[in-house]
Amino acid sequence: MRISDIKKDWARNKSVYFLALPLIIYFVIFNYLPIGGILLAFEHYDARGGTVGSAWIGISNFVNFFSTYYFGRLIKNTLIMSVYSMIINFPAPIILALLLNEMENRAFKKTIQTMSYMPYFVSTVVICGIIQDFVGTTGLISQALVKMGVYHKPTDMLGLRDFWTFRTIFVISNAWQSTGYGSIIFLAVLSSVDQELYEAAKIDGAGRWKQTLHVTIPGIQTMIMMMLIMQVSSLLNVSMDKIILLYRPTTYEVADVIMSFVYRSGIMQGEYGYSTAVNIFNSVVSMVLLITANAASRKFSEFSLF
Amino acid sequence: MGSRVELLNQLDSNLGKSNINNLIKDTPARVVFKVFNYIILAIIGIISLAPLWHILMLSFSNPNLIPKAEGLVLWPFGLWPRPIEVDRLGNELVASLAGYKTIFKNQQLIRGYANTIFYVGAGCFLSVVFGALGAYCVSRRALFMPHLVVIMMISMFFSGGMIPLYMVNKALGLVDTRWVIVLNGMVSIFNILILMMAFRNLPEGLEESAQLDGAGHLTYLFKIALPLVKASIAVITLMYAIGKWNEYITAQIYLRNPKLFPLQIILRQILVDTNLPADLASEVNSQAGSQGDLKLIIEYATTIVGTAPLLCIYPFIQKYFVKGIMIGSMKG
Repeated sequence: MRISDIKKDWARNKSVYFLALPLIIYFVIFNYLPIGGILLAFEHYDARGGTVGSAWIGISNFVNFFSTYYFGRLIKNTLIMSVYSMIINFPAPIILALLLNEMENRAFKKTIQTMSYMPYFVSTVVICGIIQDFVGTTGLISQALVKMGVYHKPTDMLGLRDFWTFRTIFVISNAWQSTGYGSIIFLAVLSSVDQELYEAAKIDGAGRWKQTLHVTIPGIQTMIMMMLIMQVSSLLNVSMDKIILLYRPTTYEVADVIMSFVYRSGIMQGEYGYSTAVNIFNSVVSMVLLITANAASRKFSEFSLF
Repeated sequence: MGSRVELLNQLDSNLGKSNINNLIKDTPARVVFKVFNYIILAIIGIISLAPLWHILMLSFSNPNLIPKAEGLVLWPFGLWPRPIEVDRLGNELVASLAGYKTIFKNQQLIRGYANTIFYVGAGCFLSVVFGALGAYCVSRRALFMPHLVVIMMISMFFSGGMIPLYMVNKALGLVDTRWVIVLNGMVSIFNILILMMAFRNLPEGLEESAQLDGAGHLTYLFKIALPLVKASIAVITLMYAIGKWNEYITAQIYLRNPKLFPLQIILRQILVDTNLPADLASEVNSQAGSQGDLKLIIEYATTIVGTAPLLCIYPFIQKYFVKGIMIGSMKG
């Protein structure tokens, strides 16, 4: 790249660069300045010094976090929540897509699709309202469980601190909301599987089940791997949106995850340095997970994102 | 990125083609499977709708009868063909719109609605302007545009996180203003990339001939290019609008002034914190004797009022929505 090239380019494309300015400024402000803000993690923040001028304390925010009781609890809760969620919510859309794909009655298929996408449009807040109503003392689900003998008396299930209750509510409500929506992409890939492969399989004497096993599944394998890598890399990124609406101080024990802790300590308690450190820890581990999952996938299935 | 866009195009062209399955003769096992498939899918469909239906029916019910609800409520209490019950004073307990009437008198909820409409509207407008203009620029063959794209893509993998972003917003004086909701998340690098591809896929001669006719960048962009990529823009904007309508976390973090609260925060107060706004609460108290469980009715009606707008337009936009998801899942 010579100076004269740059000059020529500038003369020709000056207006494009000017037009791009708003975008560049937006990105600098909302995407790059915050990256600089990770300095906070190494500081004892005080309002007078601000992000740049506060006292430098090295890695003691991190050390603090690793040595508190919260560290183990958050990692444990986050991993349990995401693994549990993955076991249910990763296969669910794939299975739904496979079932829909086998449905020959197009009108019925279309109706079920429309119905199953619908919960995606219900906001997190409303879903949490519905959850509270359903699993509260007089709620539909907790009443049913009392009848089935699971609970002896009407119970507010969101207040329970056992291993399963809160997490199951979280996972099942996610399944309700996003299974239909998640199936869309798999359905699209399914319909793009080469039909001649099915013909060939039939000629080779493969029945429906064999066709599913040897044509359909391999056909959507790439998409499945892609989704799986994404899921693994976000194992620690359990979204806090629903959790901060549903948990209570009494259930932090089982419900508090890394991001909800970041929100609580940072936004609500104003411990900016500390919560930034926790957030960075989360991002770094996620990055490592992404790279590892990608490498593993490349090795075992010859598919990789990058 | 290129290969994914190809895949997307391929998906697009294949969408809607029917399977060849109907050429296969059914074995008994296949018939069993088909029946099973009908049943399972029907159950999934019903489960998807049941909770909302239950709440919709309760929201029309007579407040006094709500405590009687057992299991799923499939029809409002107090509406034919359910038997009309009579309370001790001899009043007929019929279905009512009491919940809706009460909440539509509530200033905060109305303001929440208005605020959300503003946030969605302004957000959509600015995100289209910034997104389309930016994507157009990076799609041009200028020397430094590829570098710019790479630099922007880095932000897909690295971000400062919640607190640093909060500090930036605070330094800009955006905290507790309307603009914090509009500006945060306004432009996504991903949408820029999608639109960039759309612009690049336009025929090459198009721009040249426009230039020969003396059209500058802005004329070409607005008169020729934008109309041609409007489908992509519509899809992206739609997904953005749905997200914005439903989002509460930004408002939760940045807003303190109740006058600025979007609908979702008001919904949170009523549904999740079960703190009714003052005027609703006094209404509930004043009618405590006669109206039974007005508070619950209000909650149910609020749920419906908060959800209905999207659910009503959803069937009409389903096609675009499906497309949007396909674009969205190419993110990886």
